[in-house]
Amino acid sequence: MPTRRLVLTRSAAMMGTACSGLLLPELVRAQSGKVRVGFMLPYTGTFSQLGVAIENGFRMAINEQGGKLGGREIEYFKVDDESEPSKGIENASKLVQRDKVDVLVGTVHSGVQMGIQKVARDSGVLCLIPNAGVHAATRALCAPNVFRTSFSNSQPTRALGQAMVAKGHKKAVWITWKYAAGDEAFEGFKESYTAAGGTIVKELGLPFPNVEFQALLTEIAALKPDAVACFFAGGGAAKFIRDYAAAGLKGKIPLYGSGFLTEGVLDAAGPAAEGIVTTMHYSDSLNTPRNKKFRLDYVKAFRSQPDVYAVQGYDTGLLLIQGANAVKGDLGAKPALYKAMEGATIDSPRGKWTMSKAHNPVQDIYLRVVENKENKVIGIAAKALSDSGLGCKMA
Amino acid sequence: MDLANFFIQLLNSVQYGLLLFMLAAGLTLIFGIMGVVNLAHGSFYMLGAYLAWSLSALFGSLSLAIIGGAALSVLFGLALEWLLFRHFYERDHLDQVLLTFGLIYIFEELRSIVWGDDVHGVPIPELLSASIPLTDNLSYPVYRLFMSGVCLALAAGLYFLISKTRLGMKIRAGAFNRDMAEALGVNIKLIHAVVFALGVGLAAVAGMVAAPVASVYPNMGSQVLIMCFVVVVIGGIGSVRGALIAALLVGLVDTFGKVLLPQVAGMLVYILMAAVLLYKPEGLFKQ
Repeated sequence: MPTRRLVLTRSAAMMGTACSGLLLPELVRAQSGKVRVGFMLPYTGTFSQLGVAIENGFRMAINEQGGKLGGREIEYFKVDDESEPSKGIENASKLVQRDKVDVLVGTVHSGVQMGIQKVARDSGVLCLIPNAGVHAATRALCAPNVFRTSFSNSQPTRALGQAMVAKGHKKAVWITWKYAAGDEAFEGFKESYTAAGGTIVKELGLPFPNVEFQALLTEIAALKPDAVACFFAGGGAAKFIRDYAAAGLKGKIPLYGSGFLTEGVLDAAGPAAEGIVTTMHYSDSLNTPRNKKFRLDYVKAFRSQPDVYAVQGYDTGLLLIQGANAVKGDLGAKPALYKAMEGATIDSPRGKWTMSKAHNPVQDIYLRVVENKENKVIGIAAKALSDSGLGCKMA
Repeated sequence: MDLANFFIQLLNSVQYGLLLFMLAAGLTLIFGIMGVVNLAHGSFYMLGAYLAWSLSALFGSLSLAIIGGAALSVLFGLALEWLLFRHFYERDHLDQVLLTFGLIYIFEELRSIVWGDDVHGVPIPELLSASIPLTDNLSYPVYRLFMSGVCLALAAGLYFLISKTRLGMKIRAGAFNRDMAEALGVNIKLIHAVVFALGVGLAAVAGMVAAPVASVYPNMGSQVLIMCFVVVVIGGIGSVRGALIAALLVGLVDTFGKVLLPQVAGMLVYILMAAVLLYKPEGLFKQ
C-alpha cells in the first residue's frame, strides 16, 4: 500500500522526467511547438571560453527579440564537442537524431566542423557556423543548409598583404603552424601580398601546436626581411609575441598578423605586443554606436567583456532571426528560409555584412594596431571582402 | 647562411639536444637497468612543467620552484615505483607497455583535473631575461645558456654518479648481472627505486627548465616522448653515452632542418633514425 508521500514523490519524478523531455520526446515536441536549437560548442578544453562567448552572444540576440524566433518559443539543447574532431560526427548526430533540433549552431574547431559538415549534408538540417574558418565548409563541401557567420581562414590574411606593401614592406617572411588553418591563412596572404608587388622571402613553419620558435626566429633575424607576417592563435600566439621581442626583433622588423594573433592574448603577451599590426573583421575598439551599444548590453547581461567570438555568436542569432521572421517561425519551409538568409544584411557590431553565394560573410576587414593593451582600429584594410567560394556547387 | 647565424643555430641545436638528453637519459637508464619500457616518461616531463608553473607563481622564483619541484617529483617517482613499477620488473615488455600506456591517460586526466586544459606561460627570471648581442641583428638569449648549463651540470653529475661512486658501481653491477650482484649483498630493490626516482627527477627537471621557453600545455609529454624514443633508439638502448651523442645529433638535424628545409623538417629526424638503423641496427652505442 503506497503512502501518500510516495505517490507524491513518484508523480513529481514523473513530471520532472516528462518536462526534461526524456519521456516520450515526440509527444512533448508536438505539444510544445517550440523551435529546437542545438548548440554544439566546446565547453571544456582550450576553446571553452570561445564556446561560452558564442552561446552568450547568440542568446543575447534572441533575448533582444523577447526570447522568441518568428513568434515561437525556443528550446535549447547543448552538446560539448570538446574540440575533438574524432567525435565530431557522433556529437552532431546526437543533436540531429536524438534531440531532433531544427537548427544546429556549431562550432569553433575546423576539424570538428568537418564532422558537422558531413552530418549537415546528410541530414539536411540547418547548420550555422559561428567560428570555424575551414575553407571546405563554404567551398568544395558547401551546402544550401550551411551558413557561416564568422570568416574563412584566408579572409583576414587576404587583406593583410596589400596593407603591408602600402607601408613599404616589399620583402616579407611568413611564419605559421603547419596545419590546415595555417596553410589556409597563408593562401590569403600569398595572393594579396604578391599581387600588391611584395616578395615572400621565405616560408617558415612548425608543427601544431609546437611553440619552440627559437631556431626560426634566429633565421628571421639573419634574413633581415622588411617585415614578418604570421598566423598564430591562443596561448601559442602570446608565446610567439614574447619570443619575438626576446629575440631582439621587436622594433627592428615589424610584425604583422592575422587578427587572431592579438585576440584575447594581450594581457599574456604584455608590452611585447605593443605596435603589432593585424587585420580582422572586428575590433573591440570599433568606434560605432552599434558596437558601443552591443558592448554595453553584453557587459550588463554577462558581466564580462565581449570579444570577436561573442560578436560572431550574436550575428548567428541575428541571421537566424531574419530567416525565422521571413517564414513566421516555420523552419520547415526551407526554400523560403534559406532565401531569406541568403539575402540578409546583418547589422552587426562589426559593421553591416551580407552573405556570399557560398554562404560566407562578405565583410570589411579592419587594420588594427596594438596600443595600450588594446587592438585599436587604424583603418579598413579591405572593403566588403569575400571568400572565393572555389568549387562550391549548391545542390 | 653566414657564420654568426650558423653559430647561433649551432647553439640552438646544442641546447635542444641537451634538453632531449635529460629526458632520454632517464628513459634509457630505467630500461637499461630495470628492463622496464616506460611510455609514461613524457608525463614526468609534463609534471615538471606544470610544477614549475604552479610553484614559480607560489614562490615568485623559478629557481626555488625548480628545487622544490625536483624534490616533489623524486618523491612522486619513489611512490610510483613502490606502488606499481616494482611489480612489473619480472613481467614481459608487453605488460609494461600496457601499464605505462595506461598511465599516460591517467596522468593526462589528473593533469586536466588539477591544472585544467589551458596553455600557460612561465616567466623567465629577471636575472636571466637578457640577450647577448653577437652581431648587429643577431643575439642569443641568456636563459637558453642557463638551460644548457643546467643540463650539462646534470649530465656531468650523472656521469660521476654512475662511473665514480660506490652507488654507481652497484647500479652497474645490478644492470650487468642482477642475481650475482644480489648474492654479493647489493640491495637491488633499493637500487631500482633510486634509479627510477632519478629518472623521474631528470625528466621533471627537464620539464621545469624548459617551461619558460616551451610553455606549459596539455599533451606536451606525448610529443616529447616520441623524440626521446628516437634518441634512445639512435643512441643504442640502455646506453647513456649513446643517448648524449644521439640527442646532440637529433638537435642538429631538427634545428638546421627547420631552417634550411622547412618543407620536410618534420621528417628529417626520422630519416636520420632510419639511416642509423640501416647502418647499425642496434644503435650507435649498443651496450
